[in-house]
Amino acid sequence: MKTFVTPKFKVNRDEDRCIQCQVCVNQCSFGANYYDAEENKVKSREELCTGCHRCEAFCPTNAIRVTYNPLDYRGNYNWRPDIIEDITKQSETGGVLLTGMGDDKSQRIYWDHIVLNASQVTNPSIDPLREPMELTTYLGQKPERLELEPGTHNLKTKMTPQVKLDVPVMFSAMSYGAVSLNVQESLARAAKEMGTLWNTGEGGLHPSLYKYGDNTIVQVASGRFGVHADYLDAAKIIEIKIGQGAKPGIGGHLPGEKVSADVSLTRMIPEGTDAISPAPQHDIYSIEDLAQLIYALKEATNYTKPVSVKIAAVHNAAAIASGIVRGGADIVVIDGLRGATGAAPKVIRDNVGIPIELALASVDSRLRQEGIRHRASLVASGGIRSSGDVAKAIALGADAVYIGTAALISLGCHVCQQCHTGKCAWGICTTDLRLTKRINPEIGARRAANLLRSWSIELKDILGGLGVNALESLRGNRLHLRGIGLSDTELEILGIRMAGN
Amino acid sequence: MLFEGKSMKNLMSINNTYNDDKVIDACSIFGAMDRSGRRFSGEGVFKAVANMHDRGNGLGGGFAAYGLYPEHADNYALHLMYLSIKSKLETEEFLREHFNVVWQEEVPSRKTAAITNPPLVWRYFVDVPQGLPENQSADDYVVARVMEINTSDNDSFVFSSGKNMAVFKGVGYPEEIAEYFKLEQYKAYIWTAHGRFPTNTVAWWGGAHPFSILDWTVVHNGEISSYGINRRYLEQFGYKCTMYTDTEVIAYAVDLLLRKHNLPLEIVARVLAAPFWDEIERMPEKERNLMRAIRQTYGSLLLNGPFAVVIAHSGEMIGLTDRIRLRPLTVGEKDDMLYLSSEESAIRLISPDLDNAWSPMGGEPVIGKLKPDAQIHLEDEKEEIVSR
Repeated sequence: MKTFVTPKFKVNRDEDRCIQCQVCVNQCSFGANYYDAEENKVKSREELCTGCHRCEAFCPTNAIRVTYNPLDYRGNYNWRPDIIEDITKQSETGGVLLTGMGDDKSQRIYWDHIVLNASQVTNPSIDPLREPMELTTYLGQKPERLELEPGTHNLKTKMTPQVKLDVPVMFSAMSYGAVSLNVQESLARAAKEMGTLWNTGEGGLHPSLYKYGDNTIVQVASGRFGVHADYLDAAKIIEIKIGQGAKPGIGGHLPGEKVSADVSLTRMIPEGTDAISPAPQHDIYSIEDLAQLIYALKEATNYTKPVSVKIAAVHNAAAIASGIVRGGADIVVIDGLRGATGAAPKVIRDNVGIPIELALASVDSRLRQEGIRHRASLVASGGIRSSGDVAKAIALGADAVYIGTAALISLGCHVCQQCHTGKCAWGICTTDLRLTKRINPEIGARRAANLLRSWSIELKDILGGLGVNALESLRGNRLHLRGIGLSDTELEILGIRMAGN
Repeated sequence: MLFEGKSMKNLMSINNTYNDDKVIDACSIFGAMDRSGRRFSGEGVFKAVANMHDRGNGLGGGFAAYGLYPEHADNYALHLMYLSIKSKLETEEFLREHFNVVWQEEVPSRKTAAITNPPLVWRYFVDVPQGLPENQSADDYVVARVMEINTSDNDSFVFSSGKNMAVFKGVGYPEEIAEYFKLEQYKAYIWTAHGRFPTNTVAWWGGAHPFSILDWTVVHNGEISSYGINRRYLEQFGYKCTMYTDTEVIAYAVDLLLRKHNLPLEIVARVLAAPFWDEIERMPEKERNLMRAIRQTYGSLLLNGPFAVVIAHSGEMIGLTDRIRLRPLTVGEKDDMLYLSSEESAIRLISPDLDNAWSPMGGEPVIGKLKPDAQIHLEDEKEEIVSR
């Protein structure tokens, strides 16, 4: 069938600069560049270009510019180009439109409507270059109060397992299969270097990564891939994945082509078979079932590590989170509307779930109203882009955040949203060995660690400006936030005031 | 019931007129304690705090005194401020309903040029009724009634509610408040004092320091930048931070940790001004585990931002600064006398020959306790001034 979808991008090649070296041909995993031997000329098939800019970055003579293909439909607020193209694609395939990364639509990004405070005159700001500035965070259940042996300073209260983070930013779940082993190793090494955690996702833990166990969160998800005693024992935290922000209520599907020998070993499924993660966990149809799984995992690991539960931010997130805490979870992860994925139906990604800012604020408020906020740490995830977002999330009430897309960008991702194709030209979201070697774990780890390093320096600057020297003094401290351009209802849910007020 | 069905008084609108995040003030603070329990006149204290006149701006001054009512030592001494006779009548009815009022009188005062438009201030020596529920102590009962009065819709406000102690405060410089309330006639073994420089509040007598709950009093110089989370944390335990001032959270935090959670004072100081994590990591194992647990559990009560406080209750006086010591605090000792002050000169003015004078490190508490053999002297006291 002739496609009516016109090319999105234009590959502009400066003929004076191009030396026909074919680097662009080799770099493009989508086949958008090719070499015409007859004419001794590098050319492009623009309909295959995804706008990932790999060729542009690697062109030795700086000859390539990838730009939007100027395609001006007749102006229409309702029938916008992306909508027309989606319909066209569906008419040609008859299938569900798949996509990667997070929701890219124009729903309000609340981070951009929230601003932070700073000290002037009445209290001094603190210079983090010259004064201690603490980002240390412990995840895990906290007691309501401490008890000492009477008349002594001996601690009577027994603390449940606490996991220390040097920087309150963790790498979110990205499974082996969705991303390559080199990506996981990059993140694991960066996490170790920076004193934080990375997350296996639901694809199991490759034997070569067990040595990073102390910085590893292992996931137990609906497919139960790769879950066994050693896997649980290796981890610092065990995370039960109920849902993710990119596809609340939807399961996962790793196609058989991606299940290589190594993936098969890690996932504990036969090579070449599809890995289906059911939409629900079929042993959890209710909250009491979740409590059973939480305690089954705690029993299995002898109460030595916190158990986390991750949900997508949906309308009743506050009530659900309360149930999860009462069910015994030590950590609750809320993944917002903009949370990303390796593959999801586009209609789900862009239309289901609520923004993380609102979900986080309402969950934190609810847990406090019920007096159970101390019983679990709260982790926000989905669309965190900068240390500014991190600071705002913590002020809204998060103990820490997860970053996924930002971490991948640090490795080279250009957010072209083709993760679901398995052809990632940057070698990230793929298991194609020709592509995965584009990520060198040593360099990848350095880049990801640098990102966390720069964010922690920036966080310290923000804290110092606020006049505090410990992160816990910002945590849940919404008085340090103000809203801009928000309605009264939005301000009320966020628990913040309008700027100027 | 007196207060039923009426809207609550919004203390924020009185104390924090412009609806700011919190009341911000800078100040002078002073404390004097005789650790032998000897009661002394506060005149030296008035002189000392007057010496720091420029640290305040005349919009608030106040004193706490301990041991001044030996004849009613076992009664809760409720000190109330009224803005109208009607409020007084209503609240007195409430008090009669909920307490056995042993004695009541107007707090003596004199007309002075400096103090204009003072409210009515009365004191009531009361017992709590018999037969409280098992899970409610007499202290809990008093706290709940104080919260009720302070949030009721009438113009009554509780200055202090402890036994054998009192808070005297108002709008004016501290030396003017002392003169107004005739404080020279009282003797106490602890005096704390405060001169205030608020930046965002109009003059209101209830907004002056010391802040108090039961026999706990706080005088505070500083701005608690962690106020937002300190308040949210305390609200989980039923405290109503009605005044929207950071000083209030200090009083409630101390009440929660010491009285309700039963933690020793040294540990409470470590919650409010916690050691740094890298310091904790260098501690011996037992202490390290304790300090880790403290910060993990009570991180939301860490007081962050510049502050120096003098906290007092029966038998103890504590001086504490924030952990990087952004506000001043000096300690002086002379025999059994312990002095805490924003400025050393104020101490030296009334006790020039100190045995010891030093500035404590940031976050290092200075704790004055009555000596084991101390007794609060009642009879045969000679008139003495604070600097012997």
